[in-house]
Amino acid sequence: MGERLLLRGNEVIAEAAIRAGCQCYFAYPITPQAELLEHMANNMPRLGRTFIQAESELAAISMVYGAAGAGVRTMTSSSSPGISLKQEGISYLAGANLPCVIVNVVRGGPGLGNIAPSQCDYFQATKGGGHGDYRLIVLGPSTVPEAGELTMLAFELADQYRIPVMILADGLLGQMMEPVELPDPIDPASLPAKEWATTGAKGRAPNIILSFEMDPEGLKQINDDLQAKYRTITKNEVRYEQTDTDDADIVIAAYGTIGRICKSVVRMARAEGIKVGLFRPITLWPFPTEPLKALSERVDTILSVEMSAGQMWEDVRLAVAERAKTPFYGETGGIVPTPRSILNEVKKHVR
Amino acid sequence: MSANPKNMVKVFERPASLTDAKFTYCPGCHHGLLTRIIGNVLDELDIADRTVGIAPVGCSVFAYLWYKADSQQVPHGRACAVATGIKRARPELIVFSYQGDGDFASIGTAESIHAANRGENITVIFVNNQIYGMTGGEMAPTTLVDQKTTTTPLGRDPKVAGYPIRFSEMIATLDTPIYVTRQALFDTKHIMDTTKAIKKAFQNQVDGKGYSLVEVLSTCPTNWRMSPVQSNKHVGETVTKVFPLGDLVDRG
Repeated sequence: MGERLLLRGNEVIAEAAIRAGCQCYFAYPITPQAELLEHMANNMPRLGRTFIQAESELAAISMVYGAAGAGVRTMTSSSSPGISLKQEGISYLAGANLPCVIVNVVRGGPGLGNIAPSQCDYFQATKGGGHGDYRLIVLGPSTVPEAGELTMLAFELADQYRIPVMILADGLLGQMMEPVELPDPIDPASLPAKEWATTGAKGRAPNIILSFEMDPEGLKQINDDLQAKYRTITKNEVRYEQTDTDDADIVIAAYGTIGRICKSVVRMARAEGIKVGLFRPITLWPFPTEPLKALSERVDTILSVEMSAGQMWEDVRLAVAERAKTPFYGETGGIVPTPRSILNEVKKHVR
Repeated sequence: MSANPKNMVKVFERPASLTDAKFTYCPGCHHGLLTRIIGNVLDELDIADRTVGIAPVGCSVFAYLWYKADSQQVPHGRACAVATGIKRARPELIVFSYQGDGDFASIGTAESIHAANRGENITVIFVNNQIYGMTGGEMAPTTLVDQKTTTTPLGRDPKVAGYPIRFSEMIATLDTPIYVTRQALFDTKHIMDTTKAIKKAFQNQVDGKGYSLVEVLSTCPTNWRMSPVQSNKHVGETVTKVFPLGDLVDRG
């Protein structure tokens, strides 16, 4: 393992990307992810790698498409309004089976919203924000060190499945500083060659990167292949964390920054003798439906807590069906629920 | 006397860099001719096996089928951004985009200008036929004043839609581009001039000089409602008055 560093979440994501062998980074400035862009500006050129401040989010994601198609590890980052602009490119990346990493340091919405932390982009990230039947792998880190780990993982999963992977962080995680220990850098030259990439058709048939098929049967086949890939990912890559769920009467379901806050809520509640557990999805897509379903067989209530009007809540209800009660508590507008306010919500549902 | 094939001299053949896929272009349209010219240049410079072509959205959406070279098909207007990504990822590749006027000069305006201004070491072929061919003949940013299209049925009115945009002249105001030129294909002389310009634009990239743009005035007999012969005459006599031919920048 590498040295111990004190870094902001945004910087950790950037540094982890560099260590994962990211060779090309393209982005447009936006708060609250500017430190990510700046860390890349400070470090990519001195490593002989590409940093470009793009003219727009559309251009940045299209540059990612080109670099991903050329077979290198590549990343872009932004915050909510900028991620909306990237949706065109994300759909094309998904359709063309191109691996890349996209970071969304979510801020309050809709529209220009504000720059406070939020989880209001869950639907956009997990349900397909652009056109067409596609999915991204979506990872929801809850701490600064985990943001680093999941960024490294994101590059691995992207290459393994030839799929765009999104890191769904939030403004709080992006701005917070914590000590982290990052793994040693991967040498990009040591990564396996991508036989499908456009690297020049010397001694082989041309490679073509595209998301285009005029024949309906052909496009159906492309969609069938995508869906088969998504089923494989759902089978293999579900990640989640459970805290004190074994004897719990009520379980909080929460991800990201709120997942972390809810760990404190569990401690506070247990100190008062309330048997609370935490179920924290780490992969938001694929959502940990089966483990949550299993949990719902033996608890009375699964309380979803989010910094949104209730987005992950829909996936929780789909998983739980009618097996347990599924209340919701959320704050919008960039308001971060306090442990005390969440505990008060928990108490409303304890007999 | 019947000709014996064994005694015949081959004076014309398909460029080695082109596949034998059939073009999807309409008869009389210049896209096929231009594709041939690019194929010949790839042959002459012997670069097809390290070239990546970019197929846009529009009539040339199938451009990835024509070349014995790697290709990327990309979102409408984003060709220069994708080219940037490819070239930065692998500078040893020769990257060219092939874009129509809607792609390059309308929906891709920002990407087109900023790639030029960064001086990306790429070659851009910009096909200006003053109309949206693929979607059925709508107005392009380059459509001439009074030209009838399906979205300007009474002719382009500059009070409503402005004047045709001279995009290459805009690019030529930038300090970074190495080579910006406008060429045409309406007669043999101009076909030869275009060939030279395209070769130069690729040679610049091979030499690492920077950004080159070749705008090519092209015909759309189908949507112009003209015969191929009338279309060539129209380019020579009318279109070139609005879009003058020649080099705008040559810093090579």
